[in-house]
Amino acid sequence: MSGVQLAILAAEAAAGPAARRRRWLRRYGLAAAGAVVILLWALAALLAPWITRYSPNVVNVAGRLATPSTAHWLGTDELGRDVFTRVIYGARTSLAVGFAVVLIGGAFGTLLGAVAAYARGFAEEALMRATDLMFCFPPIILAMAIAAALGIGTRNTVIAMLVVWWPKFARLARSLVIGQRSLEYVAAARTVGFGPVHILLRQIVPNAVGPLVVLVTLDLGNAILVFAGLSFLGLGVIPPTPEWGSMVSEGRELVSQWWVATFPGLAILTVVMGFNFVGDGLRDWLDPHARRR
Amino acid sequence: MLRYITSRLLIAVAMVLLATLVIFLIANMVPGDPVLTQLGDIAANNPAMVAAYRHKWGLDLPLWDRYGIFLTGLLHGDLGISISSQRPVLEDIAQYAPATVELSTVAFVLALLAGLPLGVVAAMRRDSWIDHLARAVSLIGVSSPTFWLAFIMLAVFYGWLGWAPGPGQIGADQFPPPVVTGFMLIDAPLAGQWDTFWDAVRHLILPSIVLAASTLGLITRTTRAAMLESLAQDYIRVARAKGLLRRVIMMRHALPNALLPVVTLGGLAYAQLLTGTVLTETIFSWPGLGRYTFQSAVILDFPAIMGVTLMVAIVYVVVNLLVDLSYAMLDPRVMHK
Repeated sequence: MSGVQLAILAAEAAAGPAARRRRWLRRYGLAAAGAVVILLWALAALLAPWITRYSPNVVNVAGRLATPSTAHWLGTDELGRDVFTRVIYGARTSLAVGFAVVLIGGAFGTLLGAVAAYARGFAEEALMRATDLMFCFPPIILAMAIAAALGIGTRNTVIAMLVVWWPKFARLARSLVIGQRSLEYVAAARTVGFGPVHILLRQIVPNAVGPLVVLVTLDLGNAILVFAGLSFLGLGVIPPTPEWGSMVSEGRELVSQWWVATFPGLAILTVVMGFNFVGDGLRDWLDPHARRR
Repeated sequence: MLRYITSRLLIAVAMVLLATLVIFLIANMVPGDPVLTQLGDIAANNPAMVAAYRHKWGLDLPLWDRYGIFLTGLLHGDLGISISSQRPVLEDIAQYAPATVELSTVAFVLALLAGLPLGVVAAMRRDSWIDHLARAVSLIGVSSPTFWLAFIMLAVFYGWLGWAPGPGQIGADQFPPPVVTGFMLIDAPLAGQWDTFWDAVRHLILPSIVLAASTLGLITRTTRAAMLESLAQDYIRVARAKGLLRRVIMMRHALPNALLPVVTLGGLAYAQLLTGTVLTETIFSWPGLGRYTFQSAVILDFPAIMGVTLMVAIVYVVVNLLVDLSYAMLDPRVMHK
């Protein structure tokens, strides 16, 4: 087949789908881009030792504060460590902490909220007042107080964040279950004779899971931001662990060596934007009402 | 109305009381030992000194006794004495709060001035370039790390271009005006120090923009969504059928109804700004509560941390109360539920 024929075939095939593709791109283009960014960061975290030939913590005072070059793509920091390498390794900490906080905190909060809504009565009232109470404290201040009290270190900071993380999931899960429990299929399941645990986990949760997935996605970015902030304040990782927030902190006085603080900050920005794009797209996709608008 | 207000007030008081308990428990249950952090290495190795120190600050009493003392003190407006500054925590808070309120209020006004029109226009011209711009602005605003944005702003506008002054509330060449209200923007003109006033205004620009960034994103998104919701209602169709001007429909019919969720979010966003200044203040050397909180947290100054956290919780409860009440005013149906 000649090139011309191929081109005609391709044009024919694309006539309908082209418009559809444009529409898809406009609607989900950002979300797809976000997913790609996250995937790239996840790969970077996993394959870090194969991506760079430097080690993140090897000090080389002779080559300190080198400008970005072919040898050091993003320059070196005050101790002569390769910034590119540290940014790549930093993805490990940030992603791991983000997932740990959101998945553990989210699971705990969701379970609590769902049980509260299903149990009703005194248990529901007590649980929801407890979440109201947690909402009185701004997460970063409470996490800061707890992190300071427990002592510095990744694990303790994660614990501090978990303490302040679950309430929003509890609130959302409760409202979702309340919305579902009065629907007919729940009554039907009860009539058939399923027990409350089966109804909650096998019937209600799958039907109410959409908004939770959206919250989890948006929240992953948020958790990464908060952890980086705590690290920036010196309440996160223990040096010399490569971590984006503490790298920005190390470079904040070096205005003329802008690369030391700029690139780890860009790393945070891109990964958080990635999660926000995906979360935004998921919300549109899961909510037909919003999609129509 | 009266019954609604009373019940909301009672709930608010109960929340504050519970908050004191939570703060007290956190400060006392954690393994970090403020005594060892405060005393030097030599003193910390001397049991007699440690015991004397514990006794002096009442750290040797049983937990519930200490909570009782803490509560009694609170009722007399006594938040305890800061271990590091050796002054009553309430005095510290009173000294640092105005700078924070000033900064967050300016940032909040900035975010509103930019976010409301952007959200409205984005909803009116959906899928146009301005809608996409609004989306991009809000996503970037929500996603950028405050401390990094602050670094970039300082590096570019102070270090590189030299357009903005450096960190701090006023320049080193300015004398602080005598304290009347504690607000620099009010005290300086009162003392006739207009130079200081303009200097303070210039120092406010960068930190307030940094602080406004994430709030701007939230306000734009909420306004847009609320406007779209409101535009889809029947009364808009009626207004259109009557042949009213598009401008009148937008401003008189759609916008007032779209403001409800914006009021809720705005209240919470303002409370968040008041308390979200830790990072911004630390970087801009801003003499406010945020920096004070950070400095207290690092040295485990528990009376100070407890005092600030409690103040913050009270601000949250009060703002929530005001939001609820203004909601009831804007939408009378709320009260009858």
